[in-house]
Amino acid sequence: MFAYYLDLALHSLKRNKMLTALMIIAIAVGIGASMTTLTVMHVLSGDPLPGKSAHIFYPQVDPTPADWNNPRHPLAVMDDRSALELWSARRADRQALIVQSPVKVSAPGVDRPPLQLTLLATTSDFFPMFEVPFAYGRAWTPADETSHARVAVISSDLNDRLFDGADSVGRTVRLKDSDVRIVGVLKPWRPTPLFYDAQGGFTGNGYETSYYARPEDVFMPFQSALEVNDGNFFQFTCWGGGPPVPGHLEGSPCLWVALWVELDSAAKVADYRAFITNYAQQQKTLGRFANTDTRMLDLVQWLDHQQVIPKNARLQTWLALAFLVICLFNTVGLLLAKFLRRAGEIGVRRALGASRRSVFAQYLMEAGLIGFIGGIGGWLLTLLGLWLVRRQQTPYADLVGLDMSMFVTTFALAIVVSLLAGALPALRASRVAPALQLKVY
Amino acid sequence: MQIQPILAALKKHRLATTLIALEIALACAVLCNACFIISQRITAMHIDSGVDEAALATVQLTGYDSAQAADVDARALAALRAVPGVESVSLLNSIPFGSRRGTAGITTDAAGKHFGGVIEFYVGGPGSLRALGAKVIAGRAPQADDFHAFTGFMPDQGSVQITQALAEHLWPGADPLGKEFWMLKSHFRVVGVLKNLVRPDPTGWSAERRQWAVFLPAQPGPYLTGSYLLRASPGDLPRVLRDALASLAKAVPEVVIDREASHTLTDLRRDVFKNDRAMAGMLVGVITAMLLVTALGIVGLASFWVAQRRRQIGVRRAIGATRRDILHYFQTENFLIVTGGIVLGMALAFALNLTLMKFYELPRLPLYYLPLGAMALWALGQLAVLGPALRAAAVPPVVATRSA
Repeated sequence: MFAYYLDLALHSLKRNKMLTALMIIAIAVGIGASMTTLTVMHVLSGDPLPGKSAHIFYPQVDPTPADWNNPRHPLAVMDDRSALELWSARRADRQALIVQSPVKVSAPGVDRPPLQLTLLATTSDFFPMFEVPFAYGRAWTPADETSHARVAVISSDLNDRLFDGADSVGRTVRLKDSDVRIVGVLKPWRPTPLFYDAQGGFTGNGYETSYYARPEDVFMPFQSALEVNDGNFFQFTCWGGGPPVPGHLEGSPCLWVALWVELDSAAKVADYRAFITNYAQQQKTLGRFANTDTRMLDLVQWLDHQQVIPKNARLQTWLALAFLVICLFNTVGLLLAKFLRRAGEIGVRRALGASRRSVFAQYLMEAGLIGFIGGIGGWLLTLLGLWLVRRQQTPYADLVGLDMSMFVTTFALAIVVSLLAGALPALRASRVAPALQLKVY
Repeated sequence: MQIQPILAALKKHRLATTLIALEIALACAVLCNACFIISQRITAMHIDSGVDEAALATVQLTGYDSAQAADVDARALAALRAVPGVESVSLLNSIPFGSRRGTAGITTDAAGKHFGGVIEFYVGGPGSLRALGAKVIAGRAPQADDFHAFTGFMPDQGSVQITQALAEHLWPGADPLGKEFWMLKSHFRVVGVLKNLVRPDPTGWSAERRQWAVFLPAQPGPYLTGSYLLRASPGDLPRVLRDALASLAKAVPEVVIDREASHTLTDLRRDVFKNDRAMAGMLVGVITAMLLVTALGIVGLASFWVAQRRRQIGVRRAIGATRRDILHYFQTENFLIVTGGIVLGMALAFALNLTLMKFYELPRLPLYYLPLGAMALWALGQLAVLGPALRAAAVPPVVATRSA
């Protein structure tokens, strides 16, 4: 039956080429526009740690003073004392501190001008917690942290630039004025979005796209990094006159350190929530905190809270979907006109014994076929659209491509849209009263 | 032209008519709002920076200590000033459309109770305001004794030039000259008003805040270093910048030249607005495709109806209707359908605008977009229906005598 209906559908499509072409173009253009924007959204809103993100949490406390009029409690990051106290309590399965700073990088014996890169001061749990892949060597040990060892892990990109991609474990890089030994080199690693840095200061002020930047190039144990790159640290915000020495934030009334934790069970999550609540209350009793507000969102909630997905991308998606609806209406109108034109033919088929159901199925098949051909056109237009997106100079441009799931979605969407468009006209066609039509002949 | 028979005919095709009208309605809503967003982005892109962009470039150095600043600056300035064609070199912490180093919240009282907003402090060395070419429209430009040496983020006091827009925000209707404001404990007095001076990052702020900036004179020192403003004649500027970067690489080999941030202001401006340009381009693409699809839908349906009614048209022609009558029939029919769509579309456009206002900080849609959108769709409808209508008009009366 399927083959017969397919044959009928092909026959019918050939009969009015212009109308068929119009319908296919409408579906293809609608699918092309919406799949382009949906693919961009798919890339931007992907889970950066599939299967693990539900266990990663972002605890927050509020160390700001009472007379500080900021309505958003707690703010995105903490002071170093709170962060270090929470971190060293080691109440989570894994915990990592995060601070970024700009650093001058060169390598002794490598002839090239110094680079200005970003240094991530973090702790050893960072690598297993965020599933960071190593090409050579390994992460530093907790013992390196306590001994303030001058060790570093570098990105694959920096390894290519300084050492032409060779195994550089054991070699030295110069960070600012200190020589630091490389203990590990990462494989190319591009978490999207750059979730662990999503605490950036100016949410909603046009900086969203930096959430899709590349990870840092140099990673160092927290305390060692603070010593090596002293004078180059920037605060999220400060109160009471700010840091006494600009760039040196330890012990200053400033917010600048982030903490991430991994909690592997619901019970541990509840325990950790209780832990930070108690911590905030205890600090208030000590007179150090004025507010006991705390918050702990999981990774996906936190990205959502920080409005990581660029507004432009969302807006484009809504527009493209509205456009798809327009294309849908268009196709419904055309199919309706086309099917009802053949009322006489339908009358004959019905009179010869075809059931309403089979007439409906036949016409739906025709709509589905239009959807499939439109889907091919839509797929080609999507590739064109994505090529145009990649030509834009956005930080996420290089990430945008059509993966398997979106490829399948393109055709699924095209066929669903055209079946949806075909349903009403096919229903109308199947309701044609045979007697009325046969009279004409 | 009688519309009664047309309406009667449309009633027979109620569903198809409704669908086309709905399509027009959606197209109208999307068209009005998309055009409005495009015009918003284009206005933003053409913001007046208040400075002579074409004659300015910046060079940014990093990767050295504040202790080395005096030495690095001395060598860098000497090298930059020696580049042929350079009219002036001065120090400026933040650069319009470029590096942003002076963003801070201010208050209009010493106690810090009356918040004045988050503004940009352009902390500049001698000659920098003149090099920028910012127009002083009231009060005075900085004098030699206004430039104080300082340590830390910025001077903790000073006589500043403030933009017109910020003055109007802080002290609406009042003369800003002589007024004071505070940033934490630092205290500033307004001695001049600038016509315009754009923030380094205008895209990050709402339209009325994009010009909230002050110029704070200061002596170069450990915390005003490595951020240079170059002025040269516009035609010569790219060459001057290239030479400047090359000679810096020799003069201060131990520091990092931030090539990503060292550009002409024209290039920096283009870069700042690249997202807006991409968005506007994308919207133009969507609108074009949408209008095309809508037009194709109208062509398809009208052609179909013409083919379906060939016999009726022949009958009408046979009993005396002129070609013009037939042409007008189809044109009027299209006009009625499109009008129905537009009426609904205006309501939809308004609803869509309210949603966008809520989620995307878009202002209210000016009412004149609605008649403009309606006009565009009427024109589109008439254009699309012209072909099928002419074909209908060409149907000869003899068709009436043939059987279907």
